Amino acid sequence: MPLLWIANARVIDPAAKRDEVGDLFIRDGLIVPAPTAVDRKLARKIEAAGLVACPGLVDIHVHFREPGQTHKETIATGSRAAAAGGFTTVVCMPNTIPPADNAGTIQFINDAARRDAVIKVYPTGAITVGLAGEVLAPIGSLKRAGVVAITDDGDCVQSNELMRRALEYAKMFDLPVMDHCQDRSMTRQAVMNEGVMSTRLGLRGWPHAAEDLIVSRNVVLSSCTGAHIHLQHISSRHSVEIIRQAKARGHRITAEATPHHIALTEAALSGYDTNFKMNPPLRTEADRKEIIAGLRDGTLDCIATDHAPHTDYEKDREFDYAPNGIVGLETALAVSLEILVRQSRFKLAQVVDLMTRRPAALLGLPAGTLADGAPADLCIFDPEESWHYDTKAGFSKSGNSPWHGQDLKGRVKMTLVDGRMVFDGTRIVV
Amino acid sequence: MPWTRKHLLTIEELSLAEIDQIHATAGAFRKILRRSVKKVPALRGKTIVNLFLEPSTRTRLAFEMAAKRLSADVISFDAASSSTQKGETLRDTAENIQALNADMLVIRHGASGSPQYLARILDLPVINAGDGAHEHPTQGLLDTFTMKEHFGSMQGRKVAILGDILFSRVARSNIHALTKMGAAVTLVGPSTLVPEWFTDYGVTVSHDLKTALADAEVVMLLRIQHERQSAGHFPSLGEYTSMFGLNKTRASWLNPRAIIMHPGPINRGVEIDSELADGERSVILEQVSNGIAIRMAALYLCAGGQPETVTSAE
Repeated sequence: MPLLWIANARVIDPAAKRDEVGDLFIRDGLIVPAPTAVDRKLARKIEAAGLVACPGLVDIHVHFREPGQTHKETIATGSRAAAAGGFTTVVCMPNTIPPADNAGTIQFINDAARRDAVIKVYPTGAITVGLAGEVLAPIGSLKRAGVVAITDDGDCVQSNELMRRALEYAKMFDLPVMDHCQDRSMTRQAVMNEGVMSTRLGLRGWPHAAEDLIVSRNVVLSSCTGAHIHLQHISSRHSVEIIRQAKARGHRITAEATPHHIALTEAALSGYDTNFKMNPPLRTEADRKEIIAGLRDGTLDCIATDHAPHTDYEKDREFDYAPNGIVGLETALAVSLEILVRQSRFKLAQVVDLMTRRPAALLGLPAGTLADGAPADLCIFDPEESWHYDTKAGFSKSGNSPWHGQDLKGRVKMTLVDGRMVFDGTRIVV
Repeated sequence: MPWTRKHLLTIEELSLAEIDQIHATAGAFRKILRRSVKKVPALRGKTIVNLFLEPSTRTRLAFEMAAKRLSADVISFDAASSSTQKGETLRDTAENIQALNADMLVIRHGASGSPQYLARILDLPVINAGDGAHEHPTQGLLDTFTMKEHFGSMQGRKVAILGDILFSRVARSNIHALTKMGAAVTLVGPSTLVPEWFTDYGVTVSHDLKTALADAEVVMLLRIQHERQSAGHFPSLGEYTSMFGLNKTRASWLNPRAIIMHPGPINRGVEIDSELADGERSVILEQVSNGIAIRMAALYLCAGGQPETVTSAE
């Protein structure tokens, strides 16, 4: 492959603490050191003045619905949505049909990813058979089949004893355990945050205590097993504080926040719009602010989308009956820039860090760096360009987004995977 | 002031003037209901569909009777006879009703927000006949109509609402109506069924029956929903009755002029002693009668009628 020269970009590489206008050179799919002037003349030059070039974004929480629910999304469509959003590495949740609780299903996902994906797609495996919370899944076989973590995601393991054993067992393989923190006994039929708003709307409330309890439980179990627990999509300000204290004591706890939990609150539910229905639910302004504070001080380690596609006919119904979740890959960068950089005065490099180096490091993924010799996975974006988000023109198979029809600021101009352009700012080019 | 609303979805969104308009219109209709010929041609040629996807006796009968008194054609059907049993979505069911040229839809649904959802997607007027634990606007309107008959203005009047407030759409609609009308509302019941969040509505929350009932001019009882017991909201019906059931002794704490209300269905011996339910202070059956006039007003106004033209509607 000829030399590729990304010229005059604002290069942000959090791993190297680099944030400067400069060049990037790519050969044979890898980042390479600046070549000689002679070589440079032969390079294919991409002028990137005014644009930011950073490691391809990493999302450790997506639902690509394959196998089993390919009417919502597939690895092909999901990976295209990811590429359009600047992501080059994603980690899929195991709540497929059948669930990813066995090596065969992992093999299927890896085969489909190799065949259909335009970016790097890694699977997670289930903690328990059928995500049923009763019997441990074959975690060793899952690891051998290539999972990068285990989780029962939407079906939080309720038994403390089983969770403890899962942690001890997974630790043997150095496999992180990710947990969607929800005490189910407190959230039966719950569809939104519990409080003044759920009281007004007459909807069943999902109290933050149901998250706080499992977060606390996980802190305790991590402490007594020494295992790494990653807490998914934190939504409660009390949970942020519990995690802050656990980290101060040196526990192996990490946590993520979603763009929707930093951008939106339960106030958005006044019209019973199901595109604001997700689990965990949107909470209050105080929770939103504390999650942002958690991202600022490092209590929360990264941004993850919980990209959860559902078709329009599944979402278009009574609020109680609509499924949880929204798509997020195509809007994550713009929303994060708006909320964190423009509204909350984060440094741009800090947001890039939260979306690249840190999520990659958390699961040990070969991504999130522009060091010489690293895979040339790149996201090139214009932080100032506005664009209109129309889900019908988007790449995901589903359009369940609260940002549909809105103008967003911060636009992905190019996504490169292993040095090859997969998204050119308008289309997927593979 | 002309009536401008096409839908009647919540009391929360109504102004005090609109509540008064509905009450005034219902008052005019009630005069008609007391005549020997109880029918007016106001909605002749219109078809009203009652879509009741949750069980109902009173509300459904009252809506049917109201539509008939207005000379509308009325078709009622329930969950058991609808295609929702076969997996049809609410949107499809409702769009089919619209395609059959119905002029108005009355909806009762177990899921909060369903009437708002239908109002967004349909062109015809939607009347909320109760949605989940959210609102039951015509019930709130008939209850406050009944109170006004007894007390005139509700400004500053003390109203106690007693029972399962958390899951009650009747409570919510009454709270909105009464606070707009200037009444002093106290919600009372076990702490698990009357959470503090209700104070956000501008009402008082109490778990002490004696204080809450002291000198109240209205006590509204709500049905204790047996099915909630399993969720651990209170220990047993027996304990509920012993702590919060309205009996003769407790009724003596009320203002001497006080009226006792209940939207039904009543669980005799649970939330209220049989003797009190049938006693002279009880206005429970008055509520039911007023329910027809209120529903006539709701249907008439949302179909485009104006409050001042009720008499000419004859």
